[in-house]
Amino acid sequence: MTRLRNLLISRWGPVITGAIIGILAPILVYYGNPGNMGICVACFTRDIAGALGLHRAAPVQYIRPEIIGLLLGALFAALAAREFRPRGGSSPLIRFFLGLFAMIGALVFLGCPWRAYLRLAGGDVNAIPGIVGLVIGIVIGVQFLARGFSLGRSRPAPAAAGWIMPALAVVLLVLLLTAPLFGRDADGVPTGPIYFSSTGPGSMAAPVALSLVVGLVIGALAQRSRFCTVGAFRDVILLRDAHLLRGIIALVLAAFVTNLVLGQFHLGLADQPVSHTNALWNAGGMVLAGLAFTLAGGCPGRQLFMSGEGDADAGVFVLGMAAGAAVSHIYSLASAPAGPAPYGPAAVVLGLIFCVVIGFTARDHQSA
Amino acid sequence: MEPVLVDARGYSCPQPVIMVRKALGQLNQGPLRVLVDGATSRDNVTRLAQREGLSVESQATADGGFELLLTR
Repeated sequence: MTRLRNLLISRWGPVITGAIIGILAPILVYYGNPGNMGICVACFTRDIAGALGLHRAAPVQYIRPEIIGLLLGALFAALAAREFRPRGGSSPLIRFFLGLFAMIGALVFLGCPWRAYLRLAGGDVNAIPGIVGLVIGIVIGVQFLARGFSLGRSRPAPAAAGWIMPALAVVLLVLLLTAPLFGRDADGVPTGPIYFSSTGPGSMAAPVALSLVVGLVIGALAQRSRFCTVGAFRDVILLRDAHLLRGIIALVLAAFVTNLVLGQFHLGLADQPVSHTNALWNAGGMVLAGLAFTLAGGCPGRQLFMSGEGDADAGVFVLGMAAGAAVSHIYSLASAPAGPAPYGPAAVVLGLIFCVVIGFTARDHQSA
Repeated sequence: MEPVLVDARGYSCPQPVIMVRKALGQLNQGPLRVLVDGATSRDNVTRLAQREGLSVESQATADGGFELLLTR
């Protein structure tokens, strides 16, 4: 155990974590998750928002156990390593909107950075403009970081602040397992509070126990190794430090091989699962997501793991993502397999304006 | 020589690393004392310092963070 612990905090930690994600995510697809969506932090947070009725897009409503597992796995790892530290107060409202716009961008592309890499490893060529856009967004974010952008210091917070997100994960697990139904309307349609898709991606899911265990394992590994799909490129550009990037390379290679073994590798542009072929907005959505994640300090997975470590600011970002999912589906911003939705591109531009204004204006006057 | 202090507590990465790198650039020879609030920042600052050929001494502080001493 001690050796594994030391290995995870070594420079090989992200590689091990990435490889294990690369193996387990396609296995989740094999057991029922949507194509090239073994784990997608954005899509799955969106599904949870739908299951709670925050949006009513019927095909994408399910309480994804992977998200619960990722957060609680990070919590357990942080507690075991004595790294659970309740903290907060670093511009939570800005972080809420960064999460909201990151989600809008991700849903124009149809995936978070994790899924971008998993789509690539499944042969979906549309992932390439998405990843190019992601890197452009990160490069822009790094320019702001290098010029003194800061959301300010966080401070130690009361213990309760650190426990709210883990408690929320437990509540979601209870709602998943009990799926309470308050009633039906005159047409027999459930009135909630929990909605599960009967068709579409939201109806495609690996068994609950498998999804939960995979989430727990990955959450624990990622908490120890600080795995981050946005920090990977950020640290190479900003610090010439490639140790996180090696984790991404390991993820893509492991997922590619696993997909080949399971017969899930299909090279092409058209008819890829939960994907569209508009290269401009595949890239554009991810420029916004990459920039918002970089300004907030990490990819959506990392925000979940930090939520599990007691970081209330990361928790606010995650709630912002859930709100972004609701906004995306209520106002026709989220893309469909046919292509971008009517107002998706405009929302991406609005989000970029928000991020650039924050990037130029957010400075920490105490840091000097 | 009294070490120069970088107080990076409360900042999330990569900011502590940027602050330390900036301080190292302005520093001639003397040691650098760095305060961080968690293990992630400790590890990231340590990795930067080791890449720059500095030696790093780390010790836990009473507030649950770490104090790092970077010397050439």
